Amino acid sequence: MKIRNLFAVTMLTGIYSLLAASLFVVLDAVDVALTEAAVGAGIMIILMLGTLALTTSKEKVHGKGQNLLALVVVFVTGAGLIYGTLDMPSFGDPEAPAHTHLSPHFTQESVDEIGIPNMVTSVLASYRGIDTLGEAVVIYAAAVGVLLVLGSGAVRRRRKDGHVDDRGEEQS
Amino acid sequence: MNQYVVLRIVTKLMIPVILLYGLYIQFHGEYSPGGGFQAGIIFAAGFVIYSLIYGLDKAQDAVPPEAAHVLAAFGVLLYIGFGLASFFLGGNFLEYKVLLPDDHAGETFGIIGIELGVGITVATVALSLFYSFAGRERD
Repeated sequence: MKIRNLFAVTMLTGIYSLLAASLFVVLDAVDVALTEAAVGAGIMIILMLGTLALTTSKEKVHGKGQNLLALVVVFVTGAGLIYGTLDMPSFGDPEAPAHTHLSPHFTQESVDEIGIPNMVTSVLASYRGIDTLGEAVVIYAAAVGVLLVLGSGAVRRRRKDGHVDDRGEEQS
Repeated sequence: MNQYVVLRIVTKLMIPVILLYGLYIQFHGEYSPGGGFQAGIIFAAGFVIYSLIYGLDKAQDAVPPEAAHVLAAFGVLLYIGFGLASFFLGGNFLEYKVLLPDDHAGETFGIIGIELGVGITVATVALSLFYSFAGRERD
């Protein structure tokens, strides 16, 4: 089944994000669920709808011929990825390296060491503070990139007759 | 959207709740799920819904794009500032326990501070991205 209407695709993506958020709640990862619901189903959909409003909501149909090279590339990449997972410990394995020294330390000693009850926050903000700093910088860099490409989107102040002036130019 | 009275009134009632919920997620992150990232997105969502119902120019009167840009940089600098403060007070970079005499109080203070930095950056970045997309006209 193919959907050419990008508006429908965007809505389906939002529904998928909401379902993924419910799945995270079931798995007791409430912090992740909150992020997924707010970003995936909220802001991201708004930005995608904004993109559709600027471009078009119908996908262009290119030639119908099969691309054999693409099939080969996808097949080889997928096989490589699956081969890469063979070395990983099986799902939920108590002997997995992550469960033998890091998890016990975080779950048993983080309240004594950091003094706050939410383990996710102490891991994110204290044990892996530099990692979170990197994330904050990445978010800021993403904003700088979008602003350079699209402009700040500043709407000029209203004129006296109440008519909205033309949009701010990107050069400013 | 000026003709939809129900939407306008309901939005007017909802926005304070959304912003308050964002602040709750921000400052209650040590005890309940949440933190700067989620709080920032929710806080920005309040302004996005305001601009969807009342118009982009009204939202930009409330939070001008320039202010959002400056605050986005300020959040990252606040985060780095906490790291440097703990560095110059004798600890490692981002080792918050040296910030206050008590270890736990120092850690909590540092975590609240950097979460605030993350929250400010995420909220203003999300708002700036929305302004960038919404403020353009179709070519």
